[in-house]
Amino acid sequence: MTFAGHYAYFVTILLLMVGLFIVIARSNLIKKLIGLGLFQTAVYLLYISPGKLIGGVAPIVGEGFEVYSNPLPHVLILTAIVVGVATLALGLALVVRIKEAYGSIEEEEILGLDADDELKSRDRS
Amino acid sequence: MLSQHLPILLVVVPLLAAPIIVLLRRSFPSWLVATLASIATLAIALPLLARAVSEGVISYAIGNWPPPLGIEYRVDAANAFVAFIVSLIGVFVMPYCRRGVSSEVRAEEHYLFYAMMMLCLSGLLGILLTGDAFNLFVFLEISSLATYVLIAMGRDRRALVASYQYLLMGTIGATLYVIGIGLLYLQTGTLNLADLAVRLPAMGDPRATLAALAFITVGISLKIALFPLHLWLPNAYAYSPSAVSAFLAATATKVSIYVLMRYFFTIFGETVVFDARYTGVILLALSLAAMFIPAVVAIFQTDVKRLLAYSSVSQIGYITLGISLHSVGGLTAAVAHLFNHALTKGGMFLVLGGVVFRLGGSALDRMAGLGRTMPIASFAFVIGGLSLIGIPGTAGFVSKWYLVTAAMAEGQWWLAGAVMLSSLLAVIYVWRFVEVAYFREPPAGHPPAGEAPLSLLLPALAMIVACVWFGLDASWSGNMARAAAEALAGGWK
Amino acid sequence: MRLDVILRVLAKLLIPFAVMFASYVQFHGDFGPGGGFQAGVIIAAAVIFYGLIYGLPSAREVVPDVLVEAMIAIGVLVYAGVGIAGLLLGGNYLDYFVLDHDPVHGQHRGIFWVEAGVAITVSAVMLKIFYVFAGRRRDAGGEGS
Repeated sequence: MTFAGHYAYFVTILLLMVGLFIVIARSNLIKKLIGLGLFQTAVYLLYISPGKLIGGVAPIVGEGFEVYSNPLPHVLILTAIVVGVATLALGLALVVRIKEAYGSIEEEEILGLDADDELKSRDRS
Repeated sequence: MLSQHLPILLVVVPLLAAPIIVLLRRSFPSWLVATLASIATLAIALPLLARAVSEGVISYAIGNWPPPLGIEYRVDAANAFVAFIVSLIGVFVMPYCRRGVSSEVRAEEHYLFYAMMMLCLSGLLGILLTGDAFNLFVFLEISSLATYVLIAMGRDRRALVASYQYLLMGTIGATLYVIGIGLLYLQTGTLNLADLAVRLPAMGDPRATLAALAFITVGISLKIALFPLHLWLPNAYAYSPSAVSAFLAATATKVSIYVLMRYFFTIFGETVVFDARYTGVILLALSLAAMFIPAVVAIFQTDVKRLLAYSSVSQIGYITLGISLHSVGGLTAAVAHLFNHALTKGGMFLVLGGVVFRLGGSALDRMAGLGRTMPIASFAFVIGGLSLIGIPGTAGFVSKWYLVTAAMAEGQWWLAGAVMLSSLLAVIYVWRFVEVAYFREPPAGHPPAGEAPLSLLLPALAMIVACVWFGLDASWSGNMARAAAEALAGGWK
Repeated sequence: MRLDVILRVLAKLLIPFAVMFASYVQFHGDFGPGGGFQAGVIIAAAVIFYGLIYGLPSAREVVPDVLVEAMIAIGVLVYAGVGIAGLLLGGNYLDYFVLDHDPVHGQHRGIFWVEAGVAITVSAVMLKIFYVFAGRRRDAGGEGS
């Protein structure tokens, strides 16, 4: 129940908060994605750190090794990393398309452009 | 021999269809494969549902690794019924796509569209059938990623922004869910849902369980678009291609609702979720807010697609209201409304897609005089609207009736009043369409638009007819909903 | 395209080794760290490296777009096909035990094909991402949306 014992959790929570804050507070679409990446990476840490046993070795059965680290979190997080990569790639692709369509990657400007469109279409009808 | 493999085939058939479509590349063959695959999923889902109802839990060990070690697919009446709903909607929507997509998606992207539809279907079915918490996350992301792409294929450039926003919200939701199951895994050392359901009660009710419950609830609620977390939904439904709006409105949120119910009732158990804390009260408050506030917002929409999207958020409130009652009656109402609303809203979006095909837009003003220029479509749309309101003889009435009886059985008379009152709001937003379509002259300059092509109209009408059918004869859907509710509340014995 | 002789010569030297290393990672995945994901990414990295040095068009000549898309699909089909093979041989989906008379050999065979499928899809997906982002300006012209 010491700070040192829960060190990994504090780092995890800090990263989670930083990531989420960037997603919410930044208006730049790329920066938002960076925040999202940070947020996801923090979760990898949440899984990986408890999987490591001090003195544990890679979980391949062999003579003279008694303590093994838990491989399951690594497998899970490998999958989660792939999912994260896919999400990031798709997000960046969307940002490229948004930049082409709107000429901006600032969320406020984009929403402003949309609002202008809305007004124009209302005037026409 | 094949019958024992039904659970996995349901997921694998659409999953296999996706790469085949990518190899085919041509528009027509890919549509054909997608349609055949969705028909196949329905053909698999039906016997699976029949077996799950008669035999109880069906367990399927992937790779022949016995359950707590390997990934298990676990089917009972609840997820088999929702899987049936999803594949049924797939069968309605896929034939529609042929014409609907040709006007809304660029020709060289057609095969990608169908591949994404198949991945989305496969992901949704995977979420339903899997008995492994992390596997559920993977399928959640498969279906979500496919959904983001599908939404971005909309014609309007706002579709891109809608997709981006959904991507952010959806990923945050999924990540919160992963944090939740991570905490559960750290406590119990298992990810198998049935195993979790056994081990969690033995842990007592430590704070980590509370944290896990909170993360999972909020994460999944983002996907459900439960009231304050619904901001991604209106734009996503409004700017995506019509077929996608129909498919998503009818399936995606419903599947997430199933996940929430599964976690609340089977895995955490009612004592942890409802008796030990105020989850029920909070959910009730949010459901009530969802029933009223988005419905009021819907009234002021100038675009029919957005109107329907806000109405979806409001209808989700009825479903979560059923959950918050945490009785078998309430769950039955929730599952029944899940089915009925999927049919109604899916049908309405399809009808609207046909109208948009003719008119070129979904602004309410354009629909002036629609009752004269497209009589069948407007009539079908109004029938769907009646079902949203809950007029007797439509599917919407049945589930509201269940909901009201469940509330009364709990002694909550005022809830029955609230349901009636919020239905009045639905009357207003449906009336706005009726007024424009039937009581206004068609704009002078417009060419006299006929009905939408049959390939668009027929699937839409079929869904609306189904919506009336299950309104008149609710015995089958009611029995299924009850079986599903009992399976959810009874746990995976 | 400038003629950076050192880069070009080094790339020609390094790329075969990168592919070689990828196949080591791929086929040694049974016994040590490695497998389809890593190998696929290394193969893709080799091609991307080639593309960076010699230009995107020449990379597209070596690995055309159509092939990349086909590979994405084929990899998934190989993976799912192993599962179906398990079904047809009387086991459950993705059941490797039934793939050979000896269950342990069956495991080897199953994992070999599954990893092959993963490697094909991952390398193709990585390449596709590179092609799409790198070629955006060229391909698009004024297409936008």
